[in-house]
Amino acid sequence: MEQLALKDPKVIEERKEFISTKGAQKQQVKCDEDSVAGSISQRACVFCGARVVLNPITDAIHLVHGPIGCASYTWDIRGSLTSGSNHYRNSFSTDMKEKDVIFGGEKKLAIVIDELVEKYKPKLIFVYSTCIVGVIGDDLEAVCKKQAQKYNIEIIPVQSSGFIGNKSAGYRAACDALLRLIAPAPQEQLTNNGETSQPKEVKKKSKTINYLGDFNLAAEAWIIKNYLKEIGVEINVTFTGDSDYVSLKKAPEASLNIIQCAGSMTYLAKKMEEIYDIPFIHISFLGIEDTKESIRKIARFFNDPEIEQKAEQLIARELKTIESQLDWYKQKLQGTKAAIYVGGGFKAISLLKQFKELGVEVVMVGTQTGRKEEYQTISELATEGTVILDDANPTELEQFMTEKGADLLVGGVKERPLAYKLGLAFIDHNHDRKHPLSGFVGAVNFAKEVYSTVCSPVWKYV
Amino acid sequence: MKKTVTQHHKNVNENPCNMCMPMGGILPFKGIEGSMVIMHGSQGCSTYMRRHMAEHYNEPIDVGSSSLNEKGTVYGGEKNLKTGLQNIIKVYQPKLIGVLTTCLAETIGEDVERITADFKKEHSDLSAKIVPCATPGYGGTQFEGYFLTLKQILKHLTKPSESHDKINIIVPNISPADIREIKRILQVMEIAHTIFPDYSDTLDRPYERPYKKIPDGGTTIADIVKMSGAKATIQFAAMVDDELSPGLFLKEKYGIELHNIPIPTGLESTDIFLHTLSSISGKEIPQTIQQERGRLLDCMIDSHKYNAEGNAVIYGEPEQVYAITKACLENGIIPKVVATGSKTTKLKAALQPMIEQLDMGIEIVQETDFSVIRSLSVKHHVNLAIGHSDGRYLTEQEGIPLVRHGFPIHDRVGGQRLLSVGYTGTTMLLDRLTNTLLENKYNQYRTKMYKEYYEKNFLIGS
Repeated sequence: MEQLALKDPKVIEERKEFISTKGAQKQQVKCDEDSVAGSISQRACVFCGARVVLNPITDAIHLVHGPIGCASYTWDIRGSLTSGSNHYRNSFSTDMKEKDVIFGGEKKLAIVIDELVEKYKPKLIFVYSTCIVGVIGDDLEAVCKKQAQKYNIEIIPVQSSGFIGNKSAGYRAACDALLRLIAPAPQEQLTNNGETSQPKEVKKKSKTINYLGDFNLAAEAWIIKNYLKEIGVEINVTFTGDSDYVSLKKAPEASLNIIQCAGSMTYLAKKMEEIYDIPFIHISFLGIEDTKESIRKIARFFNDPEIEQKAEQLIARELKTIESQLDWYKQKLQGTKAAIYVGGGFKAISLLKQFKELGVEVVMVGTQTGRKEEYQTISELATEGTVILDDANPTELEQFMTEKGADLLVGGVKERPLAYKLGLAFIDHNHDRKHPLSGFVGAVNFAKEVYSTVCSPVWKYV
Repeated sequence: MKKTVTQHHKNVNENPCNMCMPMGGILPFKGIEGSMVIMHGSQGCSTYMRRHMAEHYNEPIDVGSSSLNEKGTVYGGEKNLKTGLQNIIKVYQPKLIGVLTTCLAETIGEDVERITADFKKEHSDLSAKIVPCATPGYGGTQFEGYFLTLKQILKHLTKPSESHDKINIIVPNISPADIREIKRILQVMEIAHTIFPDYSDTLDRPYERPYKKIPDGGTTIADIVKMSGAKATIQFAAMVDDELSPGLFLKEKYGIELHNIPIPTGLESTDIFLHTLSSISGKEIPQTIQQERGRLLDCMIDSHKYNAEGNAVIYGEPEQVYAITKACLENGIIPKVVATGSKTTKLKAALQPMIEQLDMGIEIVQETDFSVIRSLSVKHHVNLAIGHSDGRYLTEQEGIPLVRHGFPIHDRVGGQRLLSVGYTGTTMLLDRLTNTLLENKYNQYRTKMYKEYYEKNFLIGS
């Protein structure tokens, strides 16, 4: 197997297997491994993964058990919108100091929970563990249990010590916390022999679905909710955009789970299928083709001619509305070459498709935490010669964008200054975006953003 | 109002006003030529800090991580750190590498002094210097981390040197534009100097091709080595504890005269700076600078009545908070709430005499968070907030307009270009403050007067 011949001799040896070129080699790019030390990975940690998934739950108290930095750097980290409580936009911390590290932080955690319960009377508290909590061995489970019983509320520990894997492990920790939350009260779970088992009596509502992996960034979940409402399908609960304690508790009642962000939510969907017998399908509302297909897929699932007819009507109407706008952007963007470096594989895949729709060639595509099957799809969608890379660093991004003549990079906050310094256009596809990229309206917004950066007059001067 | 939790003595930190020690440690290294940083800990720390800095400075911030995983945490992270150092040297070829520890590395007891010394022995051909710094995240805020790192760099790099004519200028976390202004003043006065650290070019770099992984600029290592032979040190760190003071280290070890003065923001503090320069160098304050002083005075007179209506909350790092509070006081703005997340004994002591003269019920709080800052601001009818971006919720939730100052500024562009030092910088800052008060007043006075004098008197019962 010949890996990509890297022109720069300074490239890190251990990184070579994480980089490949479509068509040049058979072997797939290596992924899902720990970052190479000193490689300047763009990845975050386990805690970050858990925090971003759970944070949009609006009426929960999100308490970080650890030193102050972890809470400080993740305060209101997502542009998730709420229709109810604003509690999730606060960042609570036990603010561990040296003394707590030496003598253990359990006592302080308990006191902090006392203070929070007294002040805010919450129904739900998530307690996130951070690196040092994992090391000093505070028994989060025990403290949470004791305090939950004391106040008769739910206090759920999230096992998210930063070093126990990467962001994906954090997604899983978040899903485990969610599974605990949606489980019916313990007494209902007890069987005759006293063991917990599957709850028998969950009343299913027909034509009601859970929407997994949408965090309601810039109203994205609401846009999709409206589409589905129009065709006669009700969204039961969104995981986790604009969700709350009460709505999440009803999750087992849905008759279908649809998954947008596969990286964060596939595990939860599989578990819910196992426990609550809810089937799941992968959908995507990013880009026109995916949006159309996803609406049809959902409509077909319910096997109801009326829903299917309404779906076609909605698609036809929306397409008509945006067609001429998109054509205009397409024309302007002819000949543009794009590079993609985003967090998850799902996002990379949908971006590949969206660029195809706009007639933009993708010359480099990579992710921080993409999975094997996602890289498979990425490889299928990519054109010959496209560089595919996992857990890339600034040096590699710079090298391949330059070599491949990219005009544009899609990425997050850390990648933006690099693109600009290289004189490239940039699209923010991050947690904190202020305009929706989902659905038909999102497809137009995306095209508009690509146009506004690629065709900016500023590039004439550099 | 029912008082629930005693504000000043609570255990929970609700919405942090500060960040952690290693964050402060990155900045000094970014102000030294050819320098790179690696953080010994899990991957998330470097990523979060890079993200914060990239947003503030709008510059690529390459910081390595030893990417400690579970194995490294259990069996020791020495191998990870050494691999990380090797990879950074290979790709970046730095002249200096800063090794900062995190909570995790400190908690598992990593001895970075020993590990880096071993690394140097193992690589006899190593040309890069390595400076290890113990910066546990729970050991203090970014403020302490910054100064501790400066001192550590001096400890490792300075050597006894022949006396020379340069003055050491040790700067706290001020903007690159501020550093440039200080340099300009020194140039106008024709005073030889070493600015330490100098990130004015590295974190506010001009657009240029080709891209450089490590930007030009920064204090040269040769200059740092020779700070031991300087004529004197001027350090803008009036609020820093003696044990963290880099200037005091130079004084005690090499007998360099130390002038520890406030950041030259505001008329009085800038006077102190210029008089200090003048007395050390024996040079007169030039005409151009005296004119700048005259313009500042003119600006102060132009705005004094508007500023008399200002009731401010000032928060952030102690050094900045002190400088801004003084500037407010000399312009008739009442600093009703003065707050910092750091622990400092000097702030209250230094402000007390000035505030007692005012006799206006001013609160100075340390080791605090935004829940306290917010409630105190409401209690004191504050109409102006001055501090970093995390105070934006004071505007969103309480309608208090915010003048962004300090670090981090991540919801506006140009944090790196904000100028607030010297007579010119103070003039610009004062205009920002006054205009914010004016904008707020003009926006509100029609409604306010209508409610006060019309609605109450003429609409009752109608």
